[in-house]
Amino acid sequence: MVHEWALAESIVLYTKQVGYTSIKKLRVTIGVLQSVDKEILEYALRELAREHGVRVAQVELVDEYPLLKCNVCGFEWSISPSDMSEDIREAVHFVPEAIYAYYKCPRCGSLDYLVVRGRGISEVVVEPYE
Amino acid sequence: MSDPRLLRALKTLSEIKHTYVVLSSKGGVGKSTVSTLLALYASSMGIPSGLLDLDFVNPSTHVILGLRVEDIVYREEKGVIPHRTGLLSYFTIVAYTKDLPLALRGESARSALREILSIVNWGNLELLLVDTPPGISDEHLEILYSLRGVIKPLVVATPSRLAWHSVLKLVSLLRDMGYRRIYFVENMGSGELVTQAREAGAEYLGYIPFTRQLEFSIGNISKLLELDVKTHINEILEKLLST
Repeated sequence: MVHEWALAESIVLYTKQVGYTSIKKLRVTIGVLQSVDKEILEYALRELAREHGVRVAQVELVDEYPLLKCNVCGFEWSISPSDMSEDIREAVHFVPEAIYAYYKCPRCGSLDYLVVRGRGISEVVVEPYE
Repeated sequence: MSDPRLLRALKTLSEIKHTYVVLSSKGGVGKSTVSTLLALYASSMGIPSGLLDLDFVNPSTHVILGLRVEDIVYREEKGVIPHRTGLLSYFTIVAYTKDLPLALRGESARSALREILSIVNWGNLELLLVDTPPGISDEHLEILYSLRGVIKPLVVATPSRLAWHSVLKLVSLLRDMGYRRIYFVENMGSGELVTQAREAGAEYLGYIPFTRQLEFSIGNISKLLELDVKTHINEILEKLLST
């Protein structure tokens, strides 16, 4: 089982911490930059939820598309993992901040930019049973 | 929401017997060298040990260990399994950045730190040394506040007035954060700081004298394990493992 397992375990531990053991819908927003395998993530979420005694009826995984913004010139742009070499895509998959080693602002060449959204898991929404 | 990654980080680190976060508010005192030597010596004694390099901007522990970027290999198993060198488990971001310059703003450094702490599976180590960048910045605050309860602060300084002046504030800060036990190692010294460290409320674990051998041993594990200061390293290690 791969790295998605660790991401899933963080989410399951979170649902337990906030006190939910019976969940109607678990909605997870995932940044596209991280190239998460959603099928594996959902499988891991369900398996780990079961192990931790958390009942989950529906899992919804939502893509969040990347937006990057230059802190120097203000330019905004997007990057798709499909445009990356395999090495870079894999590095960003494990630690999305590795992207800062490989890319510059396409307008001014600055290294000082921010991944505003789309880096990794950004939101976990739990809808419990009434 | 509170970041779910921190929960797994806490779970993973709580399975390790001793996790020391190596800190110094002053740069150049030898944090990376001290972290690496302590982890390396422990592993050479048959103690399952780990070394985590959290200095994203200027990682250097792989250079001390003599590992080329392409030599650092992680396995995936319900997360990321660190690189192994003998009994030493090792993780550094350079395996992903190819040791290219990495300029991170505070929030990005904090996020990278959370990601790494949550995905790396250390297993049941006896000892983990966490090397941090110099100063007190977002990464330090994150570790010291969010991981309180599973980590121990290990402060490093050299017997220089400037280093001590800076480190004294760090010790005070750690106490304000609620750390009752603050461990202290004097690097490139001969025991000059023992009284000052104790007066500041830190637990003085020992000193590692300056040795010219170190520079010529960087990158060679066999030579690092035969340094003429190894008695001092082993004495500190013994105390680290018995706290």
